[in-house]
Amino acid sequence: MPHMISFMVRRVLSTVLVLAIVSVFVFLLLRLSLGDPAAAIAGDNATSEQIEQIRSKLGLDRPLVTQFLIWSKLGLQGDLGESFYFRKGVVDLISQHIEPSMALALGAIALTVLIAIPLGVIAAYRNGSWVDRVVMGFSVMGVSVPTFVIGYVLIYVFAIKLNWLPVQGYHWIANGFGGFLTSILLPCLTLAVVQIALVARITRASVIDVLKEDYIRTARAKGLTDRAILMRHALRVAAVPIVTVIGISIALLIGGVVVTETVFNVPGLGRLTVDAVLARDFPVIQAIILFLSFVYVIINLMIDLTYGLFDPRVRS
Amino acid sequence: MGVHKYLAMGFSALLALGHCQPAHAETLRAVMSFGLKSLDPIWHGSTVTRNYGYMVYDTLFALDADLKPKPQMVDRWSESDDKLVYTFTLRDGLKWHDGAPVTSEDCIASIKRWGARDAIGQVMLASIAQYKSLDEKTFQLVFKEPFGSVISALSKAGIVVPFIMPKRIAETDPFKQITEFVGSGPFMLKKDEWQPGIKTVFIRNPDYKPRNEAASGLAGGKVAKVDRVEWTEMPDSQTQVSALINGEIDIIEQVPHDLLTLLASNKEVTLERMKYSSQFVLRPNWLHPPLNNVQIRQAMIVALDQKGFIDAAGGNPEYFKTCKAYFSCNTEFSSTAGSDGKIEGDWKKARQLLKEANYDGTPITLMHTTGRALFENLAPVAKAQLERAGFKVTMITAEYMTVMTRAIRKEPPEKGGWGVLIHGWDQVNILDPLSNPSLQANCEKARPGWPCDKKLEELRNQFARESDPVKRKKIADEVQAYAMQVVPYVPLGEWYGVTGLGKGVSGWLSAPVPIFWGVTKN
Repeated sequence: MPHMISFMVRRVLSTVLVLAIVSVFVFLLLRLSLGDPAAAIAGDNATSEQIEQIRSKLGLDRPLVTQFLIWSKLGLQGDLGESFYFRKGVVDLISQHIEPSMALALGAIALTVLIAIPLGVIAAYRNGSWVDRVVMGFSVMGVSVPTFVIGYVLIYVFAIKLNWLPVQGYHWIANGFGGFLTSILLPCLTLAVVQIALVARITRASVIDVLKEDYIRTARAKGLTDRAILMRHALRVAAVPIVTVIGISIALLIGGVVVTETVFNVPGLGRLTVDAVLARDFPVIQAIILFLSFVYVIINLMIDLTYGLFDPRVRS
Repeated sequence: MGVHKYLAMGFSALLALGHCQPAHAETLRAVMSFGLKSLDPIWHGSTVTRNYGYMVYDTLFALDADLKPKPQMVDRWSESDDKLVYTFTLRDGLKWHDGAPVTSEDCIASIKRWGARDAIGQVMLASIAQYKSLDEKTFQLVFKEPFGSVISALSKAGIVVPFIMPKRIAETDPFKQITEFVGSGPFMLKKDEWQPGIKTVFIRNPDYKPRNEAASGLAGGKVAKVDRVEWTEMPDSQTQVSALINGEIDIIEQVPHDLLTLLASNKEVTLERMKYSSQFVLRPNWLHPPLNNVQIRQAMIVALDQKGFIDAAGGNPEYFKTCKAYFSCNTEFSSTAGSDGKIEGDWKKARQLLKEANYDGTPITLMHTTGRALFENLAPVAKAQLERAGFKVTMITAEYMTVMTRAIRKEPPEKGGWGVLIHGWDQVNILDPLSNPSLQANCEKARPGWPCDKKLEELRNQFARESDPVKRKKIADEVQAYAMQVVPYVPLGEWYGVTGLGKGVSGWLSAPVPIFWGVTKN
C-alpha cells in the first residue's frame, strides 16, 4: 500500500510538471507562430491603424513575458480567460463541447470493446484459419481506409438511401435519449472502425503470445476447457496491452476526431480546437490544450492502475 | 422477416424516440458560409457578423434591389440649400427589442461609434461640425463643408454597416465588444441559445413595424414570416448538401460551385443564383521592389488575363464572368474607362514594358491562400501568367489566417512581408470610389498594399464631396481610368454565389446580403 501511495504522489506531481511545461510550450508556440487575432477581428476591410488599436485592447502589444505572467497568474486562480470573440469564458466554451466529444469517444470505445476483443480472441484461437484471415483482412482495411470515406459511405447508405438515421448533427442527451442515440450512431461507428481494426489486431497478437506460455500448457494439462483457458487465464494477462491501447484511444477520441466531427457536424472539442486555431483565439487554444493534456495524464494514470487488476505479476 | 427489416424497425423505434422532443413551429434552419464569432457588427469586420447585424439591427437607410439608397428607419429627410445640414426624422413606432422607443440620441451615438471603425465613416465624421438632437425623433448632422456621400454612407451594406443601437450600447468603446445585444430589427437574438461554433437562434420580433413598401433588396417592408431562424454551423460542404437533400436543413447560404451538380438534378431543392456578383482582386504591394515601380505594375496588369482566372475558379459562364470595372459591372458607377489592352494576357507587350522599366529580376512574393476552394487555384494561375511575361515569382502557400497576418506586415517580402495577394470583395463593398477599400491611396494609412497616390486620393475626396449624380459618375470614370494606370489593384473577374433552398422554402429574396424576412416554409 505505501508503494501505491508513493506511486500516486509521484504521478500527481508529474502531472503538475507536465501541465506547467505544456502551458509554457503552448503559450510560446502560439505567440511565436504566424497569425494575428487582431487582423482576424478587424477583417479584410481594416486599416493597419485599426488593427493596432484592436491589438492594444486585447493586450497583445505587451511584452511576451508580461502576457505570460498575467495569463499564468489568472490560470492559477482558475481563470483561463475569455475567448477573444465570443465574450464567453473559455471554461464555459469547453464545457459546451465536452458532452458530444465524450459521447463519441465512449460510444466508439464501447463498440470497439464489444466487437474487437471477441474478434481478436477468436482470430488468435483460430490462428491461421480462414476466420483469422478474415479478421486480419478487415483489420488492415479498417486501418487503411480514411475516416472521412467511411463516414460518407455510412451517410450515403444509412441516411440518404435507407433514411434510417440523420445525415448530421448532435442531439443533446437532455433533449431526448432516442434522438441522442440516433445522432451518435453513425459517427461512433465511423470512429469505431479504425479502433476495432487496431484493437482486434493487438488482442490477437497478445492472446497468441500468451497462449504460448508454459502456464497455459499447464492449464491444458490440468484438463481445463478451451473457454476457461482463454477467458480466465489467457485474456486476463493479454489484457495489459489491450487496456493500454484502449486507454490511449479514449484520450485521442476525446480531442482528436476533427474529421469525424466535421463530416457529421458534431460540435465536439476537436472542432472547437480547429475553429480556435484558425481564428487565432489564443485563450481558447491554450485552455483546450491544457485540458486535453490533463485528460491524457489522468487516463495514463488510470491505465497504470488497472494493470494490477489484470496481471498479478504487476500487483506483486 | 429479413435481418434488414429488424434493423429498420430498430432504427424506426430510435427515430421515434428521437422525435419525442417538441418541434419548434415554423423554424427555418440555414447554414451560413462562415461561423458567427462575434455579436458586435461594428467591432468585428466580418461578413457573417454583418449579416447577423441585418437580422437584429436596423439601418437609417438601406439599399434596394437596384442598389439605390432608400429610407429605412427614417421617415423623411432633407438637405439644406447650402448642403451643410441634413435633417432626419424617424418613423413612428420604432422600438428596441426591450420595448423602449428608438430615439434620435440613439442614432447619433450609433453614427459616432460606426464612424470610428468604418473608413467612409471616418471621412464623414471628419466633415461633421455638429450633431443636433432636435426632438425624440428628429436629428441633424451639420457639416463643415459639403459632403455628397451622406446618404450612400448611411445606407452602405459593405463592411462596416452603420447599424443603429441604443445609446447606452453605442457609447461602448468602438475597439471593445458590446455586451448587450438589443436591436430594433425584424428578428431578435436568442442569446441564451447562442452556442458559438454550433448555432445561433433568432426569433421573430413581434413589435417590429415594417415599412409599407414591398421588400426590395435590403430596403422596404421587412416582414418576418417564420417564428424562428436557426443558423447552424456545418463546416463540411458535402455534409451540408446531404443534409439539404435529406430535409435536415432548409437553406445553404452559398453552395460551393463544385457541388452544384449534386443538387441540380434534385427536384426538391431549388438553386437561386445571387443577383449580385463579387470580385476577385489581386493586390500589389506598393512599398517594396519591384512593385513599388508604377511601370512594373503596368506590365503586371497587361500580363494578367481575367479569362484564365475565371476558368480556374470554376469557369461556368452562368456563375463566372470577366469584368474590368473597379466598381463591378452593371452598377451605377460601372466603367471600363482606360482598360483597353489590360487584363487580357498580352504577355508580349508586358515583356516589352518590363524591359522599358529596366526590371532587374527581383522576384514577386505571391501569397497563395489555401482552404477556400473558390480562391485556391488563382495564385498558381497568376504565377504562370506573370512568369510567361518575364516576371520572377516566388509563391508562398499558407492558410487564410497566416496570409492575413502576413498581409498587414509592411516589411520587405524576405523579412516576412509580401508582394502580391489575392482575395475577393462582395459587390456592395466596391460600389463607388469612396467605398471601394482597395482604392484608398493614402500611403501608410491605406489598406495593406499601401497605395500612395495624391491624385487618386484627390479624386476620391472630390467624389465624397460631390452630390450631383452626373458629376459623381464623371469622377468615378476618372478614378477607373486613373486606377488602370497606377494599379492600386487588379480586378481579376467576378463570380456569383448560389443559394440552395430546400423543400417547402419560398419567398427567398435576392439581396446584397442574405436576408430572412419574407421567407416562408411550408
